[in-house]
Amino acid sequence: MKLKISYCLPLGVFLALSLFFWRGLSLNPQHLPSSLIGHPLPVFNLPILGEDNSQHFTPNALRGHVSVLVVWASWCDACKQEQIFLFELARQGVMLYGLNYKDDPQTALDWLNDWGNPYRLIGQDRQGRVAMDLGVYGAPETYLIDANGYIRYRHPGILTASIWHKEFLPRMSVL
Amino acid sequence: MMAEIGVYALCWALIVALLAVTIPSLGIWLNKPAWQRVIDRCIYAQSVCVACAFLCLAGCFLRNDFTVVYVLANASVALPWYYKLCAVWGGHEGSMLLWIAILSFWMVVVCITSRSLAPEIRIRVLIILAGLSVGFLLFLLVTSNPFSRQFVWLNTQGRDLNPLLQDPGFLFHPPILYMGYVGFAVAFAFAIATLCLGRFEPSWAKWMRPWTLAAWCCLTLGITLGSWWAYRELGWGGWWFWDPVENASLMPWLVGTALLHALMVVDKKTQLLSWTILLAIMAFSLSLVGTFLVRSGVLTSVHAFAVDPLRGAAILLFLTLVIGGSLALFAWRSQTVAQSMQVRPISKESALLLNNVFLVVMMLTVLLGTLYPLCIDGLGLGKLSVGAPYFNTMMVGLAIPFLFLMGLGLNVRWQTDNLWRVLQSLAWNMIISVIAPLCILLRFSNQLRITAYLGLVLSMWVLTTTLMILWRRLTRVPKKPLSGAFCGMLSAHLGVAVTVIGIAISTGYGKESTVIMRPNDHVHLAGFRVQLQSIQTIQGPNYHGIRAQFKVIWHKHQAMVYPEKRIYEVGQIPMSESAIDVTPFRDVYIALGEPFEQNAWSVRMYYKPFVRWIWVGGIAMFLGGLLALFDRRYYRKSGS
Repeated sequence: MKLKISYCLPLGVFLALSLFFWRGLSLNPQHLPSSLIGHPLPVFNLPILGEDNSQHFTPNALRGHVSVLVVWASWCDACKQEQIFLFELARQGVMLYGLNYKDDPQTALDWLNDWGNPYRLIGQDRQGRVAMDLGVYGAPETYLIDANGYIRYRHPGILTASIWHKEFLPRMSVL
Repeated sequence: MMAEIGVYALCWALIVALLAVTIPSLGIWLNKPAWQRVIDRCIYAQSVCVACAFLCLAGCFLRNDFTVVYVLANASVALPWYYKLCAVWGGHEGSMLLWIAILSFWMVVVCITSRSLAPEIRIRVLIILAGLSVGFLLFLLVTSNPFSRQFVWLNTQGRDLNPLLQDPGFLFHPPILYMGYVGFAVAFAFAIATLCLGRFEPSWAKWMRPWTLAAWCCLTLGITLGSWWAYRELGWGGWWFWDPVENASLMPWLVGTALLHALMVVDKKTQLLSWTILLAIMAFSLSLVGTFLVRSGVLTSVHAFAVDPLRGAAILLFLTLVIGGSLALFAWRSQTVAQSMQVRPISKESALLLNNVFLVVMMLTVLLGTLYPLCIDGLGLGKLSVGAPYFNTMMVGLAIPFLFLMGLGLNVRWQTDNLWRVLQSLAWNMIISVIAPLCILLRFSNQLRITAYLGLVLSMWVLTTTLMILWRRLTRVPKKPLSGAFCGMLSAHLGVAVTVIGIAISTGYGKESTVIMRPNDHVHLAGFRVQLQSIQTIQGPNYHGIRAQFKVIWHKHQAMVYPEKRIYEVGQIPMSESAIDVTPFRDVYIALGEPFEQNAWSVRMYYKPFVRWIWVGGIAMFLGGLLALFDRRYYRKSGS
């Protein structure tokens, strides 16, 4: 009996599909990479939390060295969980900068009093406009920024030691 | 103790199913009829075991047996008993047990009613069904045991059934839907049996049609119920979201409808046989693929069960064996069974073939949209999602020629016909279809929405052509009573027209409003006056919350509706229960949003004209299938 090509077509289509299904099992559809990776930081000019209005927080503050920008807020419960690890990073000499997201300055300062301040500088993003430009969709989020001000990685969620070792350190070593 | 009995019953069911596959197969190979006759008893034994296991799981729920992990995760002490019974199929393991229970049920019915079928095809059909049971039972016992236990002494109320599922719709929607999915296994088994056997008798087509009809009926009802339930429950006034799980139920339905129509041609003329076999394989394959998609974590969906890649891998293996095997068998053997197609260009056969083409293209469109994110991610090209705009545009674009064809195809003769003659006979229908909606829309509303108009034109076309068939039938052969199949066809096609009217008008002329209201405020929506009268706190069996009283006024019509906002104790999950003022020609839909200070609430209101017609049309399609099912021509003794 001869094998007509058209009769084999359904089988071929199904085998191709099952390859994708197989591949899909190891993917995570919930994981959303940031669309700003590889792009420069958006321009911003924010008042610094805790100081008078003489100085402002701009992307220039992050130039010349690899920095880590952390989006946090006093209303964010999960932010408390990463504080200890952030202090550990600050002790190691990592340049940490904070973006205080949709927060009241006094409440934020009180929170820092209770939980400590690992940041070199903190910008007050009261309306969340800078966060919107960054593509932030929740707190906490952590951004890795290179010496020229380009965003290299974004981690949504609590920063832990394992994520630091798995995602941040390898990227930092080549910067 | 009950859990142990349940799991042993499942093990016995697996053993019996394995016997049901091996002994009769050896009986065929070694030509021993006595071994082949074993299959009946094996199938009965298997269904008794599975029924026992199902009852044991239900019993565990009713007794709040939290040593069973599945019960702990899906029920709570305060859950009302009827929802405890529903919770049996509330999670992955229990719903797989429901699958197998329904498969066993279908197998018993096939076993009993197929005594008059030729033995060589009957035995192969039953062996294939038993083989499917083996696969599912293995999967259940190895990866998704509903009776797995935990022996930690917990002071807990249980994790509770998801509040969205604590609704009467949940009592009916999954079992009916599964009856449809699993029912296509019978047509599938038949198709494979035919390929294995290598020949096809014309009388077998008559035998296959009731099974396909029954499965199609269940799926139609299940989808209609699901859409109505989503409308009531989700609080956004929408009735179809192109969610992967919804698509997973629509695709087998589309192919099932094509199969029903193709079987007509096979029955009458023994043509299009290999195409029909392929359709039967596709329908069940799509049911299986749907099962995989929602249980493996491969796609995100509001319906998806808990993610577990191990289960996903197991289902994928099963899928590859079953679907890959059957499609390989098709490629190899279908020419042995079927002759070549000889279909004249203008004939009922070609109209039905074109119907099939459209339905399969629609199914492929939905499949492409559902799987596209997965394929793009799999190729490393990024993350994207495909939503309503794609599906709506494509399906509307395909539905327009399809509905036009529906009217034409009904009026074309078998064997061969003349297109000009058909169009001429339908001239008045065309004129009425274009003019009548114009008059109706301009009379009842002061603006003409083009999409609604187009929908009405097409549904009028289907309506008038279907009624014309009835008229011709009554006037030309007046003495002969109308057969079940004919009435069924009328009802189903009219149902399609009614659904299209519902969709066209509710989408085209619906209105929406979101306002903040306090008690004694009122707003106007589409000529209605909606007044918030009072807000009270309420306490339910496993929730607390508030209930608002709204009065909906239109001329002399007044109705009270009571939307609620509930917080379920166990998960502290808030839920909005919407309230709908229902009349045959419109819905006024009210849902509570968020609270503000001073007893104010945000309220979402929708005016949805003709939205009920969508589901009335679905029920009409279901009734049509049911009427056709009881046509006695399928149950007469099979002659040649």
